[in-house]
Amino acid sequence: MAAGTKEFKRRIASVKNTQQITKAMKMVAAAKLRRAQEAAEASRPYTETLQGTLARLAAVAYDVKHPLLDKREEIRKVGYILVTADRGLCGGFNTNLIRTASDTMREDERKIENGIIAVGRKGRDFFRKRSGNIDAEFVNLGDNVSYADAREIGQYVTNAYENGEVDEVYLVFARFVNALRQIPTVTKILPIETLSQEETAGEHNIDYLYEPSAEDILLTLLPRYIGSQIYNSMLESKASEHGARMTAMGNATENAGEIIDNLTLEMNKARQKAITDEILDIVGGAEALNK
Amino acid sequence: MAENTFMVEIVTPERILYKDEIQFLVAPGVEGELGVMKNHAPLVAALKIGVLRYKDAAGKPQQIALSGGFMEVVDNVGRILAETAEHGRDIDVLRAKAARERAERRLAQQSEEVNYTRARMALQRAIARIKASEPSI
Repeated sequence: MAAGTKEFKRRIASVKNTQQITKAMKMVAAAKLRRAQEAAEASRPYTETLQGTLARLAAVAYDVKHPLLDKREEIRKVGYILVTADRGLCGGFNTNLIRTASDTMREDERKIENGIIAVGRKGRDFFRKRSGNIDAEFVNLGDNVSYADAREIGQYVTNAYENGEVDEVYLVFARFVNALRQIPTVTKILPIETLSQEETAGEHNIDYLYEPSAEDILLTLLPRYIGSQIYNSMLESKASEHGARMTAMGNATENAGEIIDNLTLEMNKARQKAITDEILDIVGGAEALNK
Repeated sequence: MAENTFMVEIVTPERILYKDEIQFLVAPGVEGELGVMKNHAPLVAALKIGVLRYKDAAGKPQQIALSGGFMEVVDNVGRILAETAEHGRDIDVLRAKAARERAERRLAQQSEEVNYTRARMALQRAIARIKASEPSI
């Protein structure tokens, strides 16, 4: 009897340990997700005001010239800012993002050079091993996304763009829908071309004073716009990461529960079988004596 | 509360630093300081690194260090967007002074490695923070 159940007990204890870890990770991820969502919420007024003002300025100063607004005739190299997590154990989160990035590069019909600007360790590690086309890396940024980091990345890409090292820049990040759903998204951030799309009537009728000119203000805002877009994508990706991890760890905890149930059932069966065998033995022995 | 107040919001990417009724503000515009009171005409202005001064609803003078940005005023709502903003009373003066010295040292060097534009910006930011932390007149 003892040998069988002992083995089962050992295995159940081991699965239980794992379950405790996954459960704790799930709860930590849930708490971090809430914080990430709050941070995303807190950044909204800035982004919205900035975008509204830019659209309004672009409508007034539509013929303004700036390198960041210039569409280039010849595209030789495209940069991808890939925003992944620094750590794993979050389901398909990193894999999905990496796959989206490499699919986008492969399916690009222009067949031109690509460079990765890796934000987050997982994306960097993958492309360093695979193709080695990492132009820059920003890793170990921690769980609290800071605007200073986003601005630094923004400065790097605008410099690279203005120096002609890259001719287009895309952002690859995970849009957060809910804890179960994160959509890998690719958006173009350079050259800037989406400014004047949201032309809403009415609001443009206000006659603003511009100090200095609308053109000059627009030009100072462009780099900030890039920074704020990168910051937002980092916030989205961060929320997505924690959401994905929460779901993955929730599943793992459930699976562990199932394994424990199965093992307990097996263990009880084995114990009962041992008891039955023993009774049969005794009964058999008694029968033999009676004869 | 006085009648002559208007709403002002100071917004950074990370949070809304301040949102309240105020009487009067002076912002560091790129072409000189800009004063705004109630019923100001619609305005969009670029701001440089510097100190934003304002009088809150109670008439108390306050100061905020800004790292550049812009200000939009429409319908008695002023919105100031800056990459970073800090209340004068929250500023660690010793750190700001250390930052100023560091930037000055860097600017004094004659070397290829120094990014002078960056150092100059750091110096301006440090000076703005020191100014904002000093009691206003």
